[in-house]
Amino acid sequence: MKTVIIKYNAGNVQSVMYALERLGASYLLTDDEAEIRSADKVIFPGVGEASTAMAYLRERGIDKLIPSLKQPVLGTCVGMQLMCRYSEENDTTCMGVFDIDVRRFPAEPGFKVPHTGWNNIHTLRGPLTEGLPENAYMYFVHSYAADVYSETTAICDYVRPFSAMLHRDNFYAAQFHAEISGNVGQRILENFLKLS
Amino acid sequence: MLTKRIIPCLDIKDGRTVKGTNFVNLRDAGDPVALAAVYAEQGADELVFLDITATVDGRKTLIDLVRNVAHTINIPFTVGGGISSVADVSALLNAGADKISINSSAVRNPDLVNELALEFGSQCIVVAIDTRYVNDEHIVHTHGGRRPIELRTIAWAKEVEDRGAGEILLTSMDTDGTKAGFALELTAQISGVANIPVIASGGAGSMEHFVDVFTTGKADAGLAASIFHFKEIEIPMLKSYLREKGIEMRI
Repeated sequence: MKTVIIKYNAGNVQSVMYALERLGASYLLTDDEAEIRSADKVIFPGVGEASTAMAYLRERGIDKLIPSLKQPVLGTCVGMQLMCRYSEENDTTCMGVFDIDVRRFPAEPGFKVPHTGWNNIHTLRGPLTEGLPENAYMYFVHSYAADVYSETTAICDYVRPFSAMLHRDNFYAAQFHAEISGNVGQRILENFLKLS
Repeated sequence: MLTKRIIPCLDIKDGRTVKGTNFVNLRDAGDPVALAAVYAEQGADELVFLDITATVDGRKTLIDLVRNVAHTINIPFTVGGGISSVADVSALLNAGADKISINSSAVRNPDLVNELALEFGSQCIVVAIDTRYVNDEHIVHTHGGRRPIELRTIAWAKEVEDRGAGEILLTSMDTDGTKAGFALELTAQISGVANIPVIASGGAGSMEHFVDVFTTGKADAGLAASIFHFKEIEIPMLKSYLREKGIEMRI
C-alpha cells in the first residue's frame, strides 16, 4: 500500500510521518501529481496560515487536484480547513470539498484562543472513529473551526460546537492532531489506513 | 470540555536525564526515551525536555534524542534550553519536536519571538519566563533564575503574547524546589492578562497544589519534575484525584 503525504508550505509534518512509522505504514512526502494520483491513501496535513497555504496550492494546481481524487483522502488541522468552502482567516476562498465555512473563535471570557490542548469529541459516526469511545480526548491547536453540519462526523465544544471531523464520499478530515493524540489518535489513523 | 494538562519535565544533559529517578522498573533510569514512554503510558498530557547541555556535541546528541522520543511517544512534547535562532528551532522541529521553548534568548532579543512565530507558527512557540519576587515586584530572571533583568514579569508575559508566543511557561523561582505549592497569585494574574495558555511550574509538592493551581491559579497546565520522577505523586492517581475535585482531566 502506498500512502502519500502532500508536501506544501504548511508547516512541520514530522509527527505525522513518525505516527505512520509506528503503524508500520510506508509513506512518501511529495507534491508530485502523478505520485499523489497513484497513491492508495492521501494525507493532506497542515499547520500555518490559510491564505498563504491556499495561494501556494493554487500556484501548483493542488487546489484542483485534491477535490478530484478518488482514493481516501484525510485532511488534518489546517488541511481540513482548506478542504472547506471558505475560511475567515484572511478572507480565504478554499477548495470546497466540504460545503461549510471556517470561522474564528470569538473572544469570550474564559476561552483562550487558540484552542490549545486536549478536548473531548462526541456524537461520533463513520468509519474513522470505529472502536473509539464517545468523548475520546484529542489534542487540538487552532483558532479557526468549521461549523457543525450534515457532514460532521465528530463534534467538539469550545465557545461553540464545531466540527472535529468531517466525511463526504472518499474525503475525511480531522481538526485535531491525531498523530499526537495518544492511542485514540493512533486508532483514527489506523482506521484511515484500513479503508478500502 | 478542554482539559487542564499535567506535564512532567525531564532535565537532559548529553542526551541523558540528569536528576535521578525512582522508576525501578526502568532498566536504565537515565534513558529519557524510556522515561518519556512510561509517562505517556501513565497519561501525561504532554512532556517538556529541558536541555542543559552546553557543548556543541551535546546539542547533536539532543537532536538524536528528540528523534527517538518523537518516534516512540504519541503525545505532544516541547524541547527547551539553549535555543536562540531560527536554525536551532528548525532542527528540533524537523527532528520531531512539537513545540520549542525559549527563555534567555527571548529576553536578550525579543524580536526572536516574532521571527519564530512568523516562521513556524505561534502554536509551537513557548516562551518560558523565570520570575522572582524582588522589592515588592515580580521580576524576570535569566540563566536559570540567577540573573535579574530589568523586566516586570506581567508586562513581559503580555509582550511575548503580543509578539506571537503560543504559550507561556511560568516558573516561580520563589516556589521552585520548595514543594510548598505553586505561585498562585502571580499565575492567576498572568493567566488573566494573557489570552494564551499558561503552564505553571515550580513548587508542586502535593496533589492539592495542583487543585489550587488550576482553580485559584487559573493555570491551563501544571508542570513538575522531581515529584513525578521520584513517584511521590503518580500521574494516574493525580489525574483521578483532580477529576474528583471537578477539574476536567483526560483519563
